[in-house]
Amino acid sequence: MTAVSIADAIRSAHQEIMRADERVILLGEDVETGGVFRITEGLLDEFGPQRVFDTPLAESGFVGAAIGAALAGMRPIVEIQFVDFILPAINQLISEAAKMRYRSIGEWSVPMVVRSPYGGGVHGGLYHSQCFEALFAHVPGLKVVMPATPADAKALLHTAVADPDPVIFLEHKRSYRLIKDEVPEPLPEVPIGKAIVRRDGDDVAIIATGLMVHESLAAAEQLAGEGVDCLVLDLRSIAPLDRDAIIDAVQRTGKVVITHEDHLTGGIAGEVAAIIAADAFEHLDGPIKRVAGPDVPAMGYHPNFEKAFIPDAERIAAAARDLAAY
Amino acid sequence: MATLTMPQLGETVTEGTVLRWLKQPNDHIDLDEPLVEIDTEKVNVEIPSPFAGTLAAILVPEGETVPVGTPLAEIAGAEEAAPAAPAPTAKLAPKPAAPPPPQAPPITSKAAPKTAPKTAVRPGGDRPRVLSPVVARLAAEHGIDPATLAGTGAGGRVTKKDVLAAIETGPAAAPAPAPAAAQRAGDVATPLSPMRRAIAEHMLRSKRSAPHAWLVIETDVTGLVRARQALKDSFREREGVDLSYLAFVSKVVTQALRDFPPINSTWDGDQLYERGDVNLGFAVDVPDGLIVPVVKQADRMSVAALAHAIADVAARARAGRLKLDEVQGGTFTIDNTGTFGTTLSAPIINQPQVAILTTEAIVKRPVVVDDDAIAVRSMQNLCCSFDHRALDGAIAARFTARVKALLEAIGPDTAIY
Repeated sequence: MTAVSIADAIRSAHQEIMRADERVILLGEDVETGGVFRITEGLLDEFGPQRVFDTPLAESGFVGAAIGAALAGMRPIVEIQFVDFILPAINQLISEAAKMRYRSIGEWSVPMVVRSPYGGGVHGGLYHSQCFEALFAHVPGLKVVMPATPADAKALLHTAVADPDPVIFLEHKRSYRLIKDEVPEPLPEVPIGKAIVRRDGDDVAIIATGLMVHESLAAAEQLAGEGVDCLVLDLRSIAPLDRDAIIDAVQRTGKVVITHEDHLTGGIAGEVAAIIAADAFEHLDGPIKRVAGPDVPAMGYHPNFEKAFIPDAERIAAAARDLAAY
Repeated sequence: MATLTMPQLGETVTEGTVLRWLKQPNDHIDLDEPLVEIDTEKVNVEIPSPFAGTLAAILVPEGETVPVGTPLAEIAGAEEAAPAAPAPTAKLAPKPAAPPPPQAPPITSKAAPKTAPKTAVRPGGDRPRVLSPVVARLAAEHGIDPATLAGTGAGGRVTKKDVLAAIETGPAAAPAPAPAAAQRAGDVATPLSPMRRAIAEHMLRSKRSAPHAWLVIETDVTGLVRARQALKDSFREREGVDLSYLAFVSKVVTQALRDFPPINSTWDGDQLYERGDVNLGFAVDVPDGLIVPVVKQADRMSVAALAHAIADVAARARAGRLKLDEVQGGTFTIDNTGTFGTTLSAPIINQPQVAILTTEAIVKRPVVVDDDAIAVRSMQNLCCSFDHRALDGAIAARFTARVKALLEAIGPDTAIY
């Protein structure tokens, strides 16, 4: 088996899904030519302009169109070129897609996947580096996934398209070609709402999302050399969260670091911490620590700004080291 | 310099919690002036200072629970109570003060706090001991006192791993609770309260040490029921408390105990004491367990006085307002289980006493009376558990039969004052 990148894994998932189900269509800005990150390269050639087509730079319009298509029986995959650009469509997502099943008492649903690259570290500057997962995780009716490995990206896209409700599918843009791994055949199913332990340990649990999973694994490796065994839990889905896996990680360690690239305040780490405080209080052996992006309006273009913003293995290791000694 | 230690507040009490310091470092204290409030699983008490002097250092902060004997405070310039001076109660008398250091440090505001860390019992004692939730839970589940562990965490904090290590290697302490009976969905796990733990320990000790024998005698209390019925409304109006059955039973039990002194005994180690006073304990259920307040010299009291005394201690037991000496020194215990409708119960003896009596529910039943007629009578069972080390069946049966006879003799002419 050869290692494939996350970008290739997601492209391959599109091919498999679209070959298997004619209802699946792909729309978004520049998807015909492969998109900014060349994820959709070749799909137009294989599936034709009826199923793969470009949209105007009008997210509200084409997300709304995809919702309509989903209601009419299609299975649209919408690519938002950068998650920063999703804001014009937020009314469609929150007011329509998230609520359709509820307000029609289950008669209608929106089986739509909105894929989008998020996160910084590639000199994207203020408008190409943001993380919005917590924003969507706050909205009941939307599911939010953040795969961290090629296999998970591929398997979760299968799951998301098969899901009868709208799924926000977030891909860390820096991970596209940075993270390469084998993708097993046949591919094990990855349900939405299931976290996975990436590394076992009994001193400190590091709970991470997306690309932070890899920074956390690097931190754990570093700490292993110092005699501190870290468990690394990859949340994979942040809406819904895997409460059992979170509680289990706390039970095994008693000490927790939660990390994400999104801003600290209101980030998903706060929700994870609340679950722990409510349901794993008597397993805690130290304060819950969060390592997250700072509460500044955006990530600057300069590498120094990026470095100051994005949590890295060093910062995660420092927090875990402090906790281990607590 | 003298040291105040955590007193032994009751026979089964092993630890106490400092609720509130009533004096601060450098305050002057008079002999017997209230110095600190202590909470035990049984009662809250104010500890009077056994010394006059200046409070030099508080060694155990408020809210902390420490074993009996742990130094609580240093008192400088202490004039110890002269040996003859009556200590508040014998049990509260502190251990003799530690020998003075070669150079008694001058008592100044700066010197005083410095002495504290050195004398504190815990490593890192200059820092309030923080118990994380998991440490508190594991320690409680396994009967480990975290204060006895050497902490490896920051500032000597006892960590989860420290407790796990102690559990693994640990002293053959309390029998390991059934391997943390895995909690299943829908189960509610409740940490043991100090009172629950004390009751558990006390009951287990009694069952382990005393071979319990048990007997029951059926008693015709029709006369008692009628007498009480006739008196109770006016009594209530006059006295403000109910004229309880328990008061009558208590009265006759004290008489029977006087007739059979060995029943009014305590078994302490290898010594059996026939107690001079009849101090009756009453089992009172309280929100988180059971407490047995004691009415002292109950044999000197009338039925009316007993009604008052029992109502008073029961109410204060439920309110958590008993004084220390009101839960100590019992010589015999009555358990009024019949309140709940039971007709037979096998009580566990309240150590170190040697017997316990239950009064069961009064029920109307057809009974064959003297002239071979059948009559409806109010019947009550009296159940007695006794320690077969101390007593044999004959005396226990005679004693219970005497209680029966005295109860059956109660009638309209029985004096209640």
